[in-house]
Amino acid sequence: MKDQPDDTKDQPDDASNRDTIGSGGFVSRLRSLDRGRVGLYLALLAMVGFYLTPIETGLVTSLKTNQAVIETAPYAPPGPSGFTLEKWQTAIDQLLRGMGNSMLYAVPATAISAFFGSLAAYGLTVADWSKRYKAPLLALFVAGIFIPYQAVLVPLSQFWGQYVQLGQNLGFVWALGIDNDYAGIIELVTTHVAYGIPICTILFRSYYKTLSTEMIESARLDGASLRRVYRRIVLPLSTPMFAVVLIYQFTQIWNDLLFTLVLVATESSPAAPVVLILAGLGTGMEGTDFPLRMAGAFFTALPTLAVYIAFGEEFAEGVTT
Amino acid sequence: MTESRGDRSARSDGGSVTEEGPVREGFLRRLSVPLDRRFGSDFFESSPFWLPPFLLMALFVYGAIIWNLMISLTDYTGFAGSPDYSNLDFEMYTQAFSDPGFREAAINTLILLVAFTAATLIVGLLLAILIDRGIRFENTFRVIYLLPMSLSFVVTAQFWLWMYNFNNGIANRLVGSIGLGPYDYIGNQALVLWAVIFALMWQFSGYAMVVYLAGLRAIPTEHYEAAQVDGASTVRMYWRVIIPQLKGATISAAVVLMVFALKAFDFLYSLVSGYRPPNGADILATKMVREAYANLNWSYGAAIAIILFALALAVIGPYLYYEYQRGYL
Repeated sequence: MKDQPDDTKDQPDDASNRDTIGSGGFVSRLRSLDRGRVGLYLALLAMVGFYLTPIETGLVTSLKTNQAVIETAPYAPPGPSGFTLEKWQTAIDQLLRGMGNSMLYAVPATAISAFFGSLAAYGLTVADWSKRYKAPLLALFVAGIFIPYQAVLVPLSQFWGQYVQLGQNLGFVWALGIDNDYAGIIELVTTHVAYGIPICTILFRSYYKTLSTEMIESARLDGASLRRVYRRIVLPLSTPMFAVVLIYQFTQIWNDLLFTLVLVATESSPAAPVVLILAGLGTGMEGTDFPLRMAGAFFTALPTLAVYIAFGEEFAEGVTT
Repeated sequence: MTESRGDRSARSDGGSVTEEGPVREGFLRRLSVPLDRRFGSDFFESSPFWLPPFLLMALFVYGAIIWNLMISLTDYTGFAGSPDYSNLDFEMYTQAFSDPGFREAAINTLILLVAFTAATLIVGLLLAILIDRGIRFENTFRVIYLLPMSLSFVVTAQFWLWMYNFNNGIANRLVGSIGLGPYDYIGNQALVLWAVIFALMWQFSGYAMVVYLAGLRAIPTEHYEAAQVDGASTVRMYWRVIIPQLKGATISAAVVLMVFALKAFDFLYSLVSGYRPPNGADILATKMVREAYANLNWSYGAAIAIILFALALAVIGPYLYYEYQRGYL
């Protein structure tokens, strides 16, 4: 990640340097500039150390034998005798099924909530109706982003456990030989879609507000229906925002523990998502197996790390909006 | 950009709205014309787009909160299937206010809320200023600073547990190098909350940085130049001229951070792999889940959840009003 080739492409050499305005001769300017600049880069590098140390420590620790963990410094790489892939092996063995389960709900929930968000934002932004009535609806969407999920947990358990009861009511699915714990996966998809709609709607809305209104208005004047405008104009233009929303949602849903804990409950369940298994990994009577936990943590984070490294810009846009 | 839209809807509010749009059959037409006259020309036609997502969201968010309020008024505990709604009272709330564990959790929640938000904003602002000084490799720095934000709390909790390890952790090596410690960060009641705040600050300051950076980029360069022509030092320039202009960025970042602090459950759960956080770090979010799912005191958990919701509302209510006044809704 450190030497991405395109790092400097939007940083011209004469990047505006606000310090230099108004200082004296060339030499003194160069000198004061150098001192300031060196300090600046040192500070930036120190912060790089701050952000990467916990991650780097985890990575090297995951490659150590239990003996090497005690003998070497936590941040130092293992020596040849202390190096092992055994912890990664164990972590992958235990977490792989969780990885599959997580994919099983994270991918559909991401796609559906993004699509719903786009629809809702379109109906509330591009479509032309009274602002007076739109504003309270939008306020409900915005507030929905910030709800502490604790406030809905007990009803959520009641809803799925006492009323919908997919574990029993989808009998024909479980008759196919699928463990009925997988009802939890369907519950997770629905739940994540419902609670993802607010943020997706607001993200799309911020984008639709910047769309040029001329094309849409002239299409409307030509008699195009709203559905046609959406399919022919707005949806094709939404591609960059879909990238942002999909990345944001995928990261959120993949990383979430609370709903998996409440809806799937046990890490021994065949439908257990990866975060749930990781939360209990490497804890035992004989103490915490840190190398195993670190390996598990990295393995769990792989999908989101890959997404982040590939689409860092879109991720940043998603979190800021 | 929103102005033209506003103008148009204001105009069409006036009346003549029926001249365009596809022809609808009898019943729908009779329904749509008065609705559109009242709500604006596209109201009826746009409802298939926003109404289903809205209903799904409203059911799960607002329906569930009202249901939760009902449950909090019952005495629902244990393995019984459903609460008994026939006998409602505020007993759970009086129980909460006389429960020392609740009071401790509430105080910890407030400390977390204030200290975490403040620390994260300050670090994020400093990072944004550093990055905005026209540096090279800006993207690389930004990507690294924001990296922790892409990780799950379950993952970062593992990293910090190791950082804070008594015998082998880096935290103790660092304080040891200046002759302090070693400290038991997770086991010591007086330290653990601050250790958690520090770890969360690590994870979220990149987010604050990105928000501030967007704010800094929106300030015209002339403001920097004018301050320097006036002979202000760099520090003074930022303090007097630039930072006051970042009010909007501060407010939106602070709201997100505070609301997050209210639900920092995943991190604390993962620290101990269980419902009981380390002594001294219990917050309302963890206590609520523990009471409901470990102790099966469902209605007590629901009552704590309502109090937590009220706290969140105290944060987002003013924010929504502020956004509304600026015309963002």
